[in-house]
Amino acid sequence: MSTPAIEIEGLTKDYPVGFWRQRMHRSLDHLTLQVQDGEVFGFLGPNGAGKTTTLKVLMSIIFPTSGSARVRGKSIDDVSMHREIGYLPEQPYFYDYLTARELLDYYARLFGFAASERRERIIRFLERVGLGGAADVQLRKFSKGMLQRVGIAQAILHDPQVIFLDEPMSGLDPVGRREVRDIIHDLKREGRTIFFSTHILSDAEMLCDRVGVLVGGKLQGVGAPREIVSMEVYAMEILFETPEGHPLPNSLAKSATQVGGRYRAEVPEDQLYPVLDELRRCEARILSVTPLRPTLEDYFFKLVARDKSAPPQLVEVGAR
Amino acid sequence: MSAVPGIVAVNTFREAVRDRVLYNLIVFALMMIGASVLVGEISIGISRLVIINLGLSAISIFGLVMAVFIGVGLVYKEMEKRTLYCLLAKPVRRWEFLIGKFGGLVLTLTVNTFFMALGLGAALYYVSREFLRSDAMIVIAIYFIVLELALVTALALFFSCFSSPMLSTLYTLGIYVAGFFSGDIREIGMVTHSPAMQTAARAISYLLPNFRNFNVIAAASHGDAIPFSLIWQNTAYAALYVALALIGASAIFSGRNLK
Ligand SMILES: Nc1ncnc2c1ncn2[C@@H]1O[C@H](COP(=O)(O)OP(=O)(O)O)[C@@H](O)[C@H]1O
Ligand SMILES: [Mg+2]
Repeated sequence: MSTPAIEIEGLTKDYPVGFWRQRMHRSLDHLTLQVQDGEVFGFLGPNGAGKTTTLKVLMSIIFPTSGSARVRGKSIDDVSMHREIGYLPEQPYFYDYLTARELLDYYARLFGFAASERRERIIRFLERVGLGGAADVQLRKFSKGMLQRVGIAQAILHDPQVIFLDEPMSGLDPVGRREVRDIIHDLKREGRTIFFSTHILSDAEMLCDRVGVLVGGKLQGVGAPREIVSMEVYAMEILFETPEGHPLPNSLAKSATQVGGRYRAEVPEDQLYPVLDELRRCEARILSVTPLRPTLEDYFFKLVARDKSAPPQLVEVGAR
Repeated sequence: MSAVPGIVAVNTFREAVRDRVLYNLIVFALMMIGASVLVGEISIGISRLVIINLGLSAISIFGLVMAVFIGVGLVYKEMEKRTLYCLLAKPVRRWEFLIGKFGGLVLTLTVNTFFMALGLGAALYYVSREFLRSDAMIVIAIYFIVLELALVTALALFFSCFSSPMLSTLYTLGIYVAGFFSGDIREIGMVTHSPAMQTAARAISYLLPNFRNFNVIAAASHGDAIPFSLIWQNTAYAALYVALALIGASAIFSGRNLK
């Protein structure tokens, strides 16, 4: 196998905390991780897990307490590494006196593109992120969602091989999230490596080849999303209505909860048909039956709860 | 040679222009017009002296205020607003960014000074209807002002790499004022007869930029010749001082964890 796109080895970051700066807070604890070429890797974790810290270290915005990292075989200290990567910071902010076009032109110059090439690229990428019509609007007039889009445009403007996105879907409405997902899909199809952080699990479930889960600065597990959580159904959810006056069947009298004139019940999978039969007998109207699986969300909550109670140890979840 | 500092400098200049920094030129122009009308009553010799003195002093003070107040915010603003995050993810070294910011502000100050100098020239012509050979000294005085502004900008940038804008302003202005007395400090040291004090005083006076040598406003307004040697001395001195300040700034800034 060729060199991995991203290799992180024992990356640790301590921040000084407290007024007199005598104590250190470990935000990232010996993170070791590899991302293969062409992979979409989801870096998952609740707020404060250390995702942004990791990306900032990789970008040399801050320096690690210990550990090292390489991108496409080049050390992160090597400025030429930056020719091959794109980076979208969390809640990006840009020079508000520039227009979107001027901003991208500024960045494109840093890569040494000629004037005609810059013109063409800027239009193409602004259109790609849905900002074709706002090219000549000053960034001070941009909404949060539009800034996020400009941020994505500047991250991919120079066709980088490896793209780091810090919470790329945050601040976007559902349409915007969908569009960003499409962009990530396109980038994957073009063979690029994407490393993105998120605390929203459904985004990761939809997009990623593999995810790594970070809690409290420690990597808790790495694997395909379906390896991290078992796909086993643990219960069936039934939504139903009963005709007026009819009592609930005995088996559901205790467990069903009423929500706005309807009932909701969770039953074990092997109890589904007996319960449905009973519901038919009392002339209930079935609205929906949904299998319930543990989601990454549940996995997350379990990890976070454990992190708070006991010092977590590294768990390997599923081999690749 | 990397193109990065130049690209950063042009953007810094553009920011200054869009932030309406050059509006100070309007105030300067109004001042010059007012002064020209007022001195119209006095004899030509005196009114020339007044206009040149006033004009050069104003050019120097306006530039100084800009150099300090914009200079201390150059890096701080990009850190605070996190615009540096995207920039440093590009193939940009931190020292290249610093040099670019420095160059951008010096460019702004030079353009600003140039227009003020034109205003001074116009006012001078208005009151005396002629230019004298000795007016060449005004050009030299303005050149020295630009050198001084570059030096002050480098100092402001240096301090802002490790302290807040407010403290950096204090430090820079403090050094500027002390720089006028660096000669005196050495003399005070000599009077003490203590070798330790003498060495300390000499060290301090070497460390402080000697701003007095850059101020030739009095000579220029009297039309006195400025020795040619002073031109290259000041140029070399400013270049060296700026280089040292920028190297120091780069060394500190390159190792800093950004906010
Ligand atoms: N500049 C800083 N100084 C001190 N602590 C910090 C700093 N930045 C982040 N932290 C701490 O590091 C931890 C990880 O933060 P972060 O990387 O932003 O998490 P995430 O991006 O996963 O939400 C948090 O506990 C946060 O409080
Ligand atoms: Mg974050």
